[in-house]
Amino acid sequence: MNRIDRRFSELKRAGRVALVPYVTAGHPSPAATVPVLHAAVKAGADLVELGMPFSDVMADGPVIQNAHERALAQGTGLDQVLEMVSAFRRDDVDTPIILMGYANPIERRGVGTFARQASEAGVDGLLIVDCPADEADDLQGQLRSHDIHQIFLVAPTTTDSRLNHAARLAGGFVYYVSIKGVTGAASLDVDSLAPMIKQVRARIDLPVAVGFGIREPAQAAAVAAVADAVVIGSALVDRLDRCESVDEAVVVVREFLAPVRQAMDNSAPVSVEETA
Amino acid sequence: MVEQALKLEQREALPDLGGHFGIFGGRFVSETLMPALEELDAAWRRYMKDPDFLAEMDRDLAHFVGRPSPLYLAENLTRQVGGARIVLKREDLNHTGAHKINNTVGQGLLARAMGKRRVIAETGAGQHGVASATIAARLGMECVVYMGAEDVRRQAVNVYRMKLLGAQVVAVESGSRTLKDALNEAMRDWVTNVDDTFYILGTVAGPHPYPAMVRDFNAIVGREARAQMLTEYGRLPDALVACVGGGSNAIGLFYPFIDDTEVAMIGVEAAGRGLSGQEHAASLCAGRVGVLHGSRTYLLDDDSGQIRHTHSISAGLDYPGVGPEHAWLKDCGRARYVGVSDTEALEAFHNLTRTEGIMPALESAHAIAYGLKLAAELPQDQIVLVNLSGRGDKDINTVAELEGIEF
Ligand SMILES: Cc1ncc(COP(=O)(O)O)c(C=O)c1O
Repeated sequence: MNRIDRRFSELKRAGRVALVPYVTAGHPSPAATVPVLHAAVKAGADLVELGMPFSDVMADGPVIQNAHERALAQGTGLDQVLEMVSAFRRDDVDTPIILMGYANPIERRGVGTFARQASEAGVDGLLIVDCPADEADDLQGQLRSHDIHQIFLVAPTTTDSRLNHAARLAGGFVYYVSIKGVTGAASLDVDSLAPMIKQVRARIDLPVAVGFGIREPAQAAAVAAVADAVVIGSALVDRLDRCESVDEAVVVVREFLAPVRQAMDNSAPVSVEETA
Repeated sequence: MVEQALKLEQREALPDLGGHFGIFGGRFVSETLMPALEELDAAWRRYMKDPDFLAEMDRDLAHFVGRPSPLYLAENLTRQVGGARIVLKREDLNHTGAHKINNTVGQGLLARAMGKRRVIAETGAGQHGVASATIAARLGMECVVYMGAEDVRRQAVNVYRMKLLGAQVVAVESGSRTLKDALNEAMRDWVTNVDDTFYILGTVAGPHPYPAMVRDFNAIVGREARAQMLTEYGRLPDALVACVGGGSNAIGLFYPFIDDTEVAMIGVEAAGRGLSGQEHAASLCAGRVGVLHGSRTYLLDDDSGQIRHTHSISAGLDYPGVGPEHAWLKDCGRARYVGVSDTEALEAFHNLTRTEGIMPALESAHAIAYGLKLAAELPQDQIVLVNLSGRGDKDINTVAELEGIEF
């Protein structure tokens, strides 16, 4: 069974909402990534998203773009990302890892080869930002045969036909983006979230993660009341960017995520029966 | 050949509804950008069938741009090479000095029809930025132009020109600080401000519908040229030659001739300091298939799939990708693509200026250079039609700098 599915069914039994931090591999330094991931898990992360550096991150805002540039400048390519995943897996065989990146590096490697290598390294899900469901049919076979779930973004504006298309291909969970714009651009409007998530759930029978624009514990708590998972990216990456050592990065992750975890756990969760 | 014929037969249906030209094109963008593209696609399909919209566009192309642009028989050049006759399509005579205005007139009117009050654009050399700022001034719209910081430095005159026209020029400091990064930044602006903003993309690259839409707005070049050839020369040319950056002036010329299979089509890419090294921008000649800026196409990347920095003497050709329809034309063999180096382009720049009294843009000089080579190999009863996509005024500083001249 894929680790993502296993993790979400555990969480459901425990009545707990997933905390999913995003970091860019190789940022702020290649040496920091694996310790940062472990620290995130210790601070209460249930799944982790790892960004694969790319030169042209068209859908990302300045914070994550800068992280990619810094990671690339320090030589973090696909091989290094997969090595980081393997290294993480030596000490953690349970926490699901989702790779998030852009299509070209994966195409250059070859989707089949990439899927095999990623699976061997211990990757559980893949989100290709610039590959919407419309263009993703060809990937499906190769990812499935290596037990890697394809994660899709859905937005308030996603049409029914594309939502249905995504539903056919998606595995693990769907990633709901509620703001207009790039990552890190604006703050989330939590109030409009509940009805939208309901719509997505009506079409896709998978856990719904919410991301883009979540910056602080109170927001995370509000989102946790309506979603199955809370993704935190830019706010964390921004803090990591200022770290000058691995130790500092580890402390920053802990100090940032622990209160988020606590706020999520204290927020009155919608009961499991109601959301199911 | 059979395969080519088969593929060409299917071309009426190209691109398909998702913007695919065979395996190329498509919409490789984040879900967050999809609604903007779908809104644009619907508006483009609607207004390209709207007689009032088309009539207004024709009026603007005639009275604001100055169309039709003439064909010019370059007799001195023809004598010099002693081969086929060389005919130039004079897009350099358009208002603002290049073919780029054909597209911005179309997209500007579309922006207005869609009720947008703000337009944004990316630019490399500044030609498309100037053409966008021009149309924004005329239509009374706010205009923001994204330009790589490196290009802002190289093209100071065009930056000032855009400012005179009322546009705000934003210097993009990320990545290689050139055209590709300006395009990324414009996309980011668009997805954030789509409610009131129209993104005027300057070439036939990007996600669907841009490659098809920009082609349609530039196809006036080929339609005119085809009709002018028939009236003035009583026949079609034997070969078409055009420079290829993203590919808009080339596809604009080629498209109306695609079914005239006896007419050869040659796209000229920037070979920079040579195709064997890395300092060029020839994605069709020396690249491979990948995904960049929302479409599957030929591009220049390294072995780990990172987009490479490119080089050309001409900022307008200095781009690591190319429009997907060119990728398709290359693969089905209907067009072929060659490279011309910085040195050859510069030589052609001086040659055309001195021989015919026409100063070409450095981009267009690439097409001239290959046109001369080709004409020399062909018999005198043949005709080579070269697209003179723009004038060279904007490049005077670059040329002077190369020759060590200071003003
Ligand atoms: C005069 C001229 N020709 C050609 C180009 C290249 O663009 P495209 O390949 O889209 O025609 C440019 C771009 O700035 C230009 O200014």
